[in-house]
Amino acid sequence: MIELDPVLLSRIQFAFVVSFHAIFPVFTIGLASYIAFLETRLFVTGKKVYEELAHFWTKIFAVVFGMGVVSGIVMAFQFGTNWSVFSYAASNFLGPVLSYEVVTAFFLEAAFLGILLFGRHRVPPGMHLFSAFMVAIGTFISSFWILSANSWMQTPAGVELVNGHFQMTSWGQAIFNPSFGWRFAHFALAAFITGGFVVAAMSAWYLIKGTAVESSRKALGSTIILLAVLTPTQAFVGDMHGLDTLKHQPVKVAAMEGAWETQEGLPLLLFAIPSQSQEKNFFEIGIPKLASLILTHDLDGEVKGLKEWAPEDRPNVFIVFWSFRVMVGIGLLMIAITLTGAFLHWRGKMFDSRWYLRIVSMTAPLPFLAVLAGWFVTEAGRQPWLVYGMLRVEDGITPSLTGWMVLATLIGYVLVYAAIFAAGLYYLSRIMRAGPHAYPIKTDDGTGRPKRPFSAVDTSIDSHLDQKAPHRS
Amino acid sequence: MELIDLTLIWVGIVAFAIFMYVIMDGFDLGIGILFPFAPGDKARDDMMNSVAPIWDGNETWLILGGAGLLAAFPLLYSIMLPALYIGVFLMLAGLIFRGVAFEFRFKATRNKHLWDYSFNLGSTVAAFAQGAVVGAYIQGFTTEGTSYVGGAFDWLTPFTVMTGLGVVVGYALLGATWTIIKTEGEVQAWAYRVAPWLLGTLMLFFLIVSIWTPLAHERVMARWLDNLSILWIFPVLTVLVSAVLMRALQQRKEVVPFLCTLLIFALFLLGMAISKWPYAIPPTFTFHEAASDPGSQLFLLLGFLFVIPIVLGYTAWTYWVFRGKVSGQQGYGH
Repeated sequence: MIELDPVLLSRIQFAFVVSFHAIFPVFTIGLASYIAFLETRLFVTGKKVYEELAHFWTKIFAVVFGMGVVSGIVMAFQFGTNWSVFSYAASNFLGPVLSYEVVTAFFLEAAFLGILLFGRHRVPPGMHLFSAFMVAIGTFISSFWILSANSWMQTPAGVELVNGHFQMTSWGQAIFNPSFGWRFAHFALAAFITGGFVVAAMSAWYLIKGTAVESSRKALGSTIILLAVLTPTQAFVGDMHGLDTLKHQPVKVAAMEGAWETQEGLPLLLFAIPSQSQEKNFFEIGIPKLASLILTHDLDGEVKGLKEWAPEDRPNVFIVFWSFRVMVGIGLLMIAITLTGAFLHWRGKMFDSRWYLRIVSMTAPLPFLAVLAGWFVTEAGRQPWLVYGMLRVEDGITPSLTGWMVLATLIGYVLVYAAIFAAGLYYLSRIMRAGPHAYPIKTDDGTGRPKRPFSAVDTSIDSHLDQKAPHRS
Repeated sequence: MELIDLTLIWVGIVAFAIFMYVIMDGFDLGIGILFPFAPGDKARDDMMNSVAPIWDGNETWLILGGAGLLAAFPLLYSIMLPALYIGVFLMLAGLIFRGVAFEFRFKATRNKHLWDYSFNLGSTVAAFAQGAVVGAYIQGFTTEGTSYVGGAFDWLTPFTVMTGLGVVVGYALLGATWTIIKTEGEVQAWAYRVAPWLLGTLMLFFLIVSIWTPLAHERVMARWLDNLSILWIFPVLTVLVSAVLMRALQQRKEVVPFLCTLLIFALFLLGMAISKWPYAIPPTFTFHEAASDPGSQLFLLLGFLFVIPIVLGYTAWTYWVFRGKVSGQQGYGH
């Protein structure tokens, strides 16, 4: 029989459930702000086009947020089920931080999302707008805490290890640990870019189809301009985050660059097949000295290679190296697309350039891939450490765990997530196919009940009868 | 030197979070458990609409329970979750299927019944798993040092099956009494009909578990015999409250049955906590031993004192916004 390794399987399980989960919040964080923007425009101008857009994107938000919530509950328990020794060791820091996330963000999002979704005609317009803002703010507070926790695992600070137990020495240093700032900025921008690309892609698609033209032009015009600012900014922030990593986790950067030997004038590799066991790359294609220039701002700057660290202290180079290239490649593509769009828009030609609309309509998956690739770089690059430099992965695992237990639940999660993901995509595609114009006036699907009390008069005789049904007494 | 016993405060907070979760998600899980028995699709729509705007907030209390446990009693967290590994997975899978059903069911046309099943099965499995968790906790865990060392299915015994089924019935009763508040006409009449049966069955489970627990666990037995006068208040009160509940159902009161059911759950949780006190994990660890560092407890407590009242405030406000009967109102109209 094959020996099932609970550590490896737990890592695969965690990578799977967290990657699956991450897709949803990274989209809803950006989208929540967009909805708050639309609701503000609606509140100020009272224009129907904003109501149409706000309503439509809120509907999509609800489905995506729902999937994010249910997959997020899983995360709250993964720490304890599979990594109990780590949870116990880091509980003094992680416990309060995760609890603060729940009370300052999750409750806020959940309560005001209920109002945003169901309360449009039950609260004054101002309260409804307020709810949209609370949801958007909640998503940001949530990412603040969770990125602080994640960042602390990358660059632990404000703690000391006493008998295998992390004890707090400074809350400020722990929460605002060294890599937190750039990491948070990098992620927040990624979330905005993700939301922006989905909105832009959908709007471009409607324009090609010739439906919902007015609202789609509004949506595409504003998001392309926004994205043309955000994507180059992200390149800069990403670079700063990378330099920060070089300072705190040089071995991760060495893996990102595929640099085995310490050298001056390190080339920027465009392609290579790194081999962990032979400690070298095959089929290298690179631009001389460029990596040194980027990392040290000097053509002949010295960059430490992987061999400076013992083999057991190195991350998986192939995964880190290629994830990094996927992320950067997609990032550059996104910059090119949005700058082209901004140029076309400036010349007043964007809405008539069908070739461009067609390209944009296909870009929705790009930011998601880039975000996942980025997470793989930073998380796989943290290996073999769970808390960088302080607690190794294999020392954090739950002792009572056997390989088959992890395998069984891993298969379970894959099946469950595949089912709900397929269903979720199917229903999302139905909402999207129906388009923004389909919503404010139409009656609710299936139930025959109206969406708005004002139109209730002629369509909902049934529900009026219901209301008058006699009480049993 | 301690002026205030932080650990004691945290026992209170975690117990409060668990109680909030049980009563709040209890009734919307109960709606799911009762789903297939509801009189028709229209009734199911009404029942689901009655919880759609608030279920997400309700479930958040579970996450708070998990995170709060990690923050205040990390030892409990890192022993219980490994011990309940498979059960926790089942609960999560159940919660996932029922959670997505809220969004998907109202978007589906041909496959609506599929999401009915998903909602029902998910809710029932999640409720059962939660009941089994409570049973396993009463049962105790095999530990060595600060780790769980028992097997994968230690949590699944005839006793925990009993507590699991008991919670399924209890949540169903919460769901039925909630339906009484939020609906009218045929649906409400149906809820009035099923509630007494659920109450009867719940009392039966209550009786079995109450007799079984002390018999199977010497420590609990000793506790109950030692403190006869105080502890027996709980079963006596439970029976009294059930009688009030039964009478309220006969009189067709709308809100009293739900409140009585909440009270029954509160009494049950309190009774269990007192049977265990002061052990977090009997017989090895007391709550004080399972607690995190005072610094962490204090750091979180200061925030909680400020934030939790605000959370309760806006949660109450959303319940107020969605007050009243659900039928004839705006449907799942977002």
